Amino acid sequence: MAKRVLTVDDSKTMRDMVAFTLKNAGFDVVEAEDGQKGLGVLGSANVDVIITDVNMPNMDGMTFIRHVRAQPQFKSTPILVLTTEGSEDTRQKGRDAGATGWIVKPFSPEKLLQVVNKVCP
Amino acid sequence: MSSDRPSALDLDQFRATFFDECAEVLPDLDSRLSTLDANAVDGENLNAIFRAVHSIKAGAAAFNFRSLVTFAHGFEALLDRLRDDRLELSADVASVCVRSGDVLASLVEAAQKGTDIPEGFGADVLAEVEALINPEGTPAAIPEEKASAPTVSEMQSWRINFTPHRELFRHANEPLLIIRELKRLGELEVCCDRTGLPELATLDPEEAYLGFSFSLRSKASRADIQEVFEFVDQDCDLVIEAFSPEPPKEAKVPSRALLPGSAATAKSASSERKAKSPSFVRVDLARVDRLINMVGELVITQAMLTQQPSEVGTNLRDQRVQGADELAAHIRELQECVMAIRMQPARTVFARMNRLVRELSNKLGKKVRLVTSGDETEVDKTIVEELVDPITHMIRNAIDHGIEMPEQRLAAGKPEEAVIHLSATQRAGNILITIEDDGAGIDAEKVLAKAISKGLVRPDADLSEEEIHELIFAPGFSTADKVTEVSGRGVGMDVVRRNIASIGGRIHTNSQKGQGSSFTVVIPLTLAVLDGMHVAVRGEKYIIPLASIVESLRPDRRQIRSVAGGDVIFIRGEYIRLIYLHQLFNVAGESENSHPALVVVVETENGTKAGLVVDELIGQQQFVFKNLNENADPVPGIAGATILGNGRVALILNLEDICSIASASLKRNSKSGLEHQHEAVLDAGEMSALAQASASAEPVLQTQA
Repeated sequence: MAKRVLTVDDSKTMRDMVAFTLKNAGFDVVEAEDGQKGLGVLGSANVDVIITDVNMPNMDGMTFIRHVRAQPQFKSTPILVLTTEGSEDTRQKGRDAGATGWIVKPFSPEKLLQVVNKVCP
Repeated sequence: MSSDRPSALDLDQFRATFFDECAEVLPDLDSRLSTLDANAVDGENLNAIFRAVHSIKAGAAAFNFRSLVTFAHGFEALLDRLRDDRLELSADVASVCVRSGDVLASLVEAAQKGTDIPEGFGADVLAEVEALINPEGTPAAIPEEKASAPTVSEMQSWRINFTPHRELFRHANEPLLIIRELKRLGELEVCCDRTGLPELATLDPEEAYLGFSFSLRSKASRADIQEVFEFVDQDCDLVIEAFSPEPPKEAKVPSRALLPGSAATAKSASSERKAKSPSFVRVDLARVDRLINMVGELVITQAMLTQQPSEVGTNLRDQRVQGADELAAHIRELQECVMAIRMQPARTVFARMNRLVRELSNKLGKKVRLVTSGDETEVDKTIVEELVDPITHMIRNAIDHGIEMPEQRLAAGKPEEAVIHLSATQRAGNILITIEDDGAGIDAEKVLAKAISKGLVRPDADLSEEEIHELIFAPGFSTADKVTEVSGRGVGMDVVRRNIASIGGRIHTNSQKGQGSSFTVVIPLTLAVLDGMHVAVRGEKYIIPLASIVESLRPDRRQIRSVAGGDVIFIRGEYIRLIYLHQLFNVAGESENSHPALVVVVETENGTKAGLVVDELIGQQQFVFKNLNENADPVPGIAGATILGNGRVALILNLEDICSIASASLKRNSKSGLEHQHEAVLDAGEMSALAQASASAEPVLQTQA
């Protein structure tokens, strides 16, 4: 069965690009506009990998990650944070919140797939 | 890098989404920037601004819009400092932010249209931004795109010792995945170190106990191997050793994005140019779903209508009637669904006004606050776009001409700060946009004097207050004592009225000297379909827009009086001029109905009422508006045409035209105004007879005005 990725981003452009790239590579993709909606999606669908942006309205990425990790069923779900080049700070904050790794924006489709494959169980 | 994945997927198809998103984000950004206040820092507002700039930057980076990325990066860094309180939000900083927003918007526009950005565009603002970020002067360079690790061509042997810390699993990292990644790099041998494994009873399944040592034969570089461990390097002890000597580190390849004049630059410039700018509407998915459901229903109804009676006893006629009823209901709903797709909240226009008010009032030294309401009222997308200019102009006018200087306001016993209230409401088939200020109001004497001096009215004209207010809409009229930079740009209220009329709207003024003015723009909910009253005049069919109809009645003969220049009808204490449509349009033939004819009372944009005399009211229904301008010269009194159910064409009346044609002919017939004629012709007894007659008149149909 295809692995399912949840992409959480308030930018439709980003969500579309992530979804397009991953779907082309055979992943199943579900989307959410912010952390809060992301939690809603997780409540109703099985997800193998989560990719989240940091800056989002309603619930930011870090809070979202903490909420996800706090739930036992998501203890070992890989979570990738979208960061920008040079923001070591964001990576560290992401790690502290429980993220598995990060993807640096802007990314090529190849790079996105590489990182998702790297953490995808 | 994995080679078994599809390569170079074309992400250019998401450009449209990106610009679409920018179009949505930028007005909000603009409005938020204009509310940045040094005295009251609003953290949520700053966060929203940051997010907007950040998302534009991320998208721009994905499509390689270099100038946009560079600028957005600096702007973002500035906003980040403001968010973290590393930089204080002073009035100067707020101004830099507002200007940065402008540059950002221009750069987005240039990227979208593919126009060349002039050398050094926005550089001054960016320099200010950078000076704020780094007062010491070290430029906040945009981080360079990391050069991809050079691949080593020679086979090498590596020994890797990987000892995870106990907490490795807490971030959902997994040694097995690392082994899988390493295996992609070349030939791999794995040795597991189980010495850390505790007794089963004390084993915590959520902790990592196993260590690994690998020997890898690969063409990969040290950096490639390190990359495999990049997510775990804080959660493990890692030793990577080369058996054979490593090749020398290659020099970093400079970022192609930043290399001016290179082939890469040329390529990206041409790809920026390639961007087209189609117009998109973003639609709530629920609305599209509803639309699809409706189409489904239509298909079922169609099947019902075309079905042959297969069973004896099926009543085909009943079925057809039922089918036709359902079809009508479904088409109505389908139409509403389609219209809903084009709907946009008034917020999209209102949001742009904050800034205008702020900048203009600062410039003029006035204190003005903009209050909006009904921001969520939905308006057709085309109309929304057409509204921007008129509203901008009227707000400019209000601030420039209407609102007094603070000291004058205080002297007049008003609060120092003026309020402009911009509101949108939906009433029946119309949207009402009201721009209301508590300024000085329209000075009727001044307006009249100006109009006389400009030769717009005769010096001896006796005009009512409302008629004088109407003069501000006359072409070439401007109340400003001198042309100001702010609103005297040769664009007057006549243009505003024309713009609004072009989208089928009307504008009303109401002003009290010293109390303020209000302008109400009434526009149809949508452009394409209108509710109308279908009437017959000597066999010809016309459509009167329903929104303008006040009531319809069959008057008593006694109610109608001839005055010099024409007939009037007395209804509810008002004299209303009668306009005989058959005369106006020169329709030959006799009325099929015996007298008295039917009168449809209509109200035009300036509140003038008139009674249109018709022979028959055929009914009220929806009409699809067809413009005649492409096929015929404009006919005064006719707004357009529609096609009736029987295939015949009916003309849609332009009531403003009709009233002005009628009043022009009236003026030819009489020297003084209509108002005076009433008094001259009717004595008190006649007046009361008229009033009684009007009370007994039989209303035929009454429509909400």
